[in-house]
Amino acid sequence: MQHGKYRFIVGFLAVPLGLYALFVVWPFIQSIYYSFTDWTGLSPDFKMVGFDNYSRMLDDDIFWKSLQHSVMFALLVPFVTLGLALFFAFMINVGGRRRRGGPAITGVRGSAFYKIVYFFPQVLSIAIVALLFAFAYNPDSGAINSLLRGIGLDSIQPLWLGDPNLALWCVMAVLVWSTVGFFVVLFSAGMASIPAELYEAALLDGASRFTTFFKVTLPLLWDTVQSGWVYMGILALGAESFAVVQIMTTGPGGPDYSTTVMVLYVYQKAFRDGQAAYATTIGVALLIVTLAFAAVVMRLGRRERLEY
Amino acid sequence: MKTTETPAPVPAESGATVRKTDGPAGGARKTKKEGTTLNVFSHGILVIWAIMVAMPLVWAVMTSFKDDASIFGSPWSLPDKLHFDNWSRAWSQAHMSDYFLNTVLVVGGSLVGTLVLGSMAAYVLARFDFPGNRFIYYLFIGGMSFPIMLALVPLFYVVDNMGLLNTIHGLILVYIAYSLPFTVFFLTAFFRTLPTSVAEAAFVDGASHTRTFFQVMLPMAKPGLISVGIFNFLGQWNQYMLPTVLNTDPDKHVLTQGLVQLAVSQGYKGDWSGLFAGLVMAMLPVLAAYIVFQRQVVQGLTAGALK
Repeated sequence: MQHGKYRFIVGFLAVPLGLYALFVVWPFIQSIYYSFTDWTGLSPDFKMVGFDNYSRMLDDDIFWKSLQHSVMFALLVPFVTLGLALFFAFMINVGGRRRRGGPAITGVRGSAFYKIVYFFPQVLSIAIVALLFAFAYNPDSGAINSLLRGIGLDSIQPLWLGDPNLALWCVMAVLVWSTVGFFVVLFSAGMASIPAELYEAALLDGASRFTTFFKVTLPLLWDTVQSGWVYMGILALGAESFAVVQIMTTGPGGPDYSTTVMVLYVYQKAFRDGQAAYATTIGVALLIVTLAFAAVVMRLGRRERLEY
Repeated sequence: MKTTETPAPVPAESGATVRKTDGPAGGARKTKKEGTTLNVFSHGILVIWAIMVAMPLVWAVMTSFKDDASIFGSPWSLPDKLHFDNWSRAWSQAHMSDYFLNTVLVVGGSLVGTLVLGSMAAYVLARFDFPGNRFIYYLFIGGMSFPIMLALVPLFYVVDNMGLLNTIHGLILVYIAYSLPFTVFFLTAFFRTLPTSVAEAAFVDGASHTRTFFQVMLPMAKPGLISVGIFNFLGQWNQYMLPTVLNTDPDKHVLTQGLVQLAVSQGYKGDWSGLFAGLVMAMLPVLAAYIVFQRQVVQGLTAGALK
């Protein structure tokens, strides 16, 4: 199979690799370089300024706020999402009661229905979801507050996105809402591949469902949970948090910068304030946070791989 | 342990009784009772979450048929009559038709491009040994974990210098480039699972590498292409960050941007019903497609994460 092999390889790789290098790799390299300059983005002239942008960043209160919020997004959103998803998936697949003559392990009734419904938000654009919830959160005419009024809770009428103490939680809840279903389906697939004998053995030993979950299901699903955590964390640091914060909160960035996140701050510095070099500096910080997050999760989550 | 319970439908506390037949363990009764309460409780939560997921969507559909006064006055009431004019207003006056067309063009072009270029690169990386193979592979894979926003700042000027800013074909090229990492990752794994004998037979019969790829390997890779195609379709159709940065001309807006734009401008005009009609209009085709192709969509979206 040697004849014309290299010509073929080059011919097939040239276009995809070229496109990728031009639009993805090259901008990444450039942006690290730009973070050491005073480039505004508006004019082509710039000079090297060493670590000026970095020391400015360390003195920037808004940067620290955005960093804090981004870290919360990366830690809390996956934690709550995966926790809920594991619970739902376990109930759906293993939580069913035994029926006479049926298999030892069954899901609850209507498990297929739950999986379909839970998955709905996953196929919608995060932008559409964010818009929808921006209206639902509206303090006067939004769905949530009027629902509260409807059930007699007139005294509880939070400002939601308008309240600096609540806004960030509201935004994070939307991300959880929209991604739980994906992980329910993902974990369901994982749980379905765990052999039923393991559950039967646990049941025979008199294990409760609680024990079964922590001693059988979770250890066997650990790899999936871990990669799910990294995947979700990267999304929550990047594109997803950008969309929800930019669309839902005023400013954007929330009252008193209460919801601003790093990815939004990069965008605003570059395309609103004309400080492209400083934006790339924050972007480099975001890169470091993302890689550190992935490394920590992979390291902390390392367990002996269980074969089954 | 032969313990059976009467199947209690959904959370009906009184209906959940425990019937015990010759259970060998004496303490089983207590655990079972706890089990029943837990059952009712946990099934209740499943129902609540289903309602929480479905409710906002139902609310949006309902609202899209109401007039502005009742949207503000009583957000949860049913529409007094079906205001279809909201929909026609959103479709024509609010430019939803243009946004749809732009999205179809961009996603159509970039989906085909992603699949063709992605499978070409993946095939070469999966099946041929050459110096730099691993390096190129990891270069592609690395793109999955880097924050895209970092690259978008210089990318804006790269695209601008090439005269591709605010053009449909420029957006297509960028979409393809940013879809390649996952596509190459997924399809490389897929091509490795295909048997080599068929390709070798074709080659012995005198087919060129290129012909072998297009006429033998691609048809064999169809299941993988469908999975990754659905994944990319949804990702590109729902894309918000890339067009927000690179496609600022209102005439070229894609659906997601257009809706956000609409939310801002309708805020001034006070045409909320039109906006909700637009939102639902954008939501329904994807939801409908999901319900029809449910199995394939779920497989496509979860396939990568399970590898």
